[in-house]
Amino acid sequence: MPPLRRNDQWLRFGLKPLVFIACLIPFALLLKGVIEGNLGANPLERVTDVTGQWGLRLLLLTLAVTPLRRLTGWAWLQRFRRMLGLFVFFYITLHFLTWVWLDQELAWGNIVADIAKRPYVTVGFSAWLLLLPLAATSTRGMMRRLGRRWQRLHRAIYLIGLLGVLHYIWLVKADLLEPLIYASLLGILLAVRWRPQLLQRFVPGGRPINVR
Amino acid sequence: MLIKKPAYILPSEITDPQIYSRRREFLKAAAALGIGAMTSGAAQAMSKSKTEPLPEPNWPRTPIPDVVDTPYGEGLALTEYEYVTGYNNFYEFGTGKDDPVRNAHTLKTRPWTVVVDGECEAPGEIGIEDILSSYPQEERIYRLRCVEAWAMVVPWVGVPLGDLLKRFKPTSKAKYVAFETLVDREQMPGQRRAVLDWPYREGLRMDEAMHPLTILATGLYGELIPNQNGAPLRLVVPWKYGFKSIKSIVRISFSQTLPETTWWKLGPDEYGFYANVNPKVDHPRWSQASHRVIGEELFADRQPTLMFNGYADQVAELYRGMDLTKFY
Repeated sequence: MPPLRRNDQWLRFGLKPLVFIACLIPFALLLKGVIEGNLGANPLERVTDVTGQWGLRLLLLTLAVTPLRRLTGWAWLQRFRRMLGLFVFFYITLHFLTWVWLDQELAWGNIVADIAKRPYVTVGFSAWLLLLPLAATSTRGMMRRLGRRWQRLHRAIYLIGLLGVLHYIWLVKADLLEPLIYASLLGILLAVRWRPQLLQRFVPGGRPINVR
Repeated sequence: MLIKKPAYILPSEITDPQIYSRRREFLKAAAALGIGAMTSGAAQAMSKSKTEPLPEPNWPRTPIPDVVDTPYGEGLALTEYEYVTGYNNFYEFGTGKDDPVRNAHTLKTRPWTVVVDGECEAPGEIGIEDILSSYPQEERIYRLRCVEAWAMVVPWVGVPLGDLLKRFKPTSKAKYVAFETLVDREQMPGQRRAVLDWPYREGLRMDEAMHPLTILATGLYGELIPNQNGAPLRLVVPWKYGFKSIKSIVRISFSQTLPETTWWKLGPDEYGFYANVNPKVDHPRWSQASHRVIGEELFADRQPTLMFNGYADQVAELYRGMDLTKFY
């Protein structure tokens, strides 16, 4: 890799916009499908599935930033974390709006009843609620203002990940393969936080990892 | 988490006949509109490229000769062929909705024999060619309501199950009929994973099996049934959730006792033996009061689900005096 600290321009005006656009591709494809009306036999199911899946995938990617940074020693990776996290919020909000607006057709009575009564909805809704304060405090200003409390607050992402995976496990009928793949990846990402030493054996050349 | 209700539901409680007949008129008008909308929709769809194209129909499309018209389903707007054959739950070929259309070409449907045994005087076998040539092939346009809260309208071709069952002379001990799907890991790649307890099993009470609405489907849209829809022979019970309508049947057994059925075994609190379409009894995880219509656009409204999927007039009598919240 190029020495990026010296090459900040490349990161800010090259790589970052590129990642930003990449994160928007699933949304763009979905939007194209909506406009052209070719989302298949069950468009609502497709939109719900795509937004939910990408929300979860990006969440795992967000959680992978820190372990990857420790493994590789590439400090600049950290600079993508906020963007990835905000895209989680973006896709999960779309997922939630799809349910509230297109699926439930804004029938608030049913929506509240479903949240209260159906565990997978309760769990999914809670995860989205927990994302709200994280998105709201994602700015540099808020980071500064909250100081130490910021980090404590943002640990909620671990819980959000667990709730998200549980939401998926609880909604499938019989085939648990996909939700269990997400669960395993989440498990690994949480395990290396709990025991950062687990990463050590994967570090090339035995360089001690930075557990901070 | 089922909705609590009084112990008995009278058929009269289920739908007021006057409302029912008005609903019919409304449905007819809606269907007329629907057909109009679908034709313009189809014309639009043809001019567009798909983001994830499904395979073009590359399966053999064999017309069934002398299909007999029936009045069933008059006025219902058909779901497009592309969706009927491209959006399927058939876990033997994968759990995704478009897995069957992509994977079911490996199924060999000739020769095909169904073993009929159990509580009957004349157990034996019947071949698919025999079924196709010995019985009039009737067109039956039925609503199909999946337990996942989506619905289609399918123009099936088939024979009344009762006509076929009579041939094997069920005895008075035959209280139920059990069905089994083929097990073959080579032909059915989905069976390589134990997603379900193979073979897929289903069952009906004898009176349900003998009901004139219940058919063994040999075709759809006037042609032999495509593999992904359960070739060469599948059950269709239009007032029950789709999972009751077992596909690619190789065995039919008359039984004195309630047969163990696949989804019931997997989740008895979620999938009952009866599995009658009932807007008032929710699946524990989602409401069954309404559904999405397959082929409709993203912003289309959910449609109210009808008691017994709209076949209450014909079948409510079968369940008179039963607590349908208990026998779901």
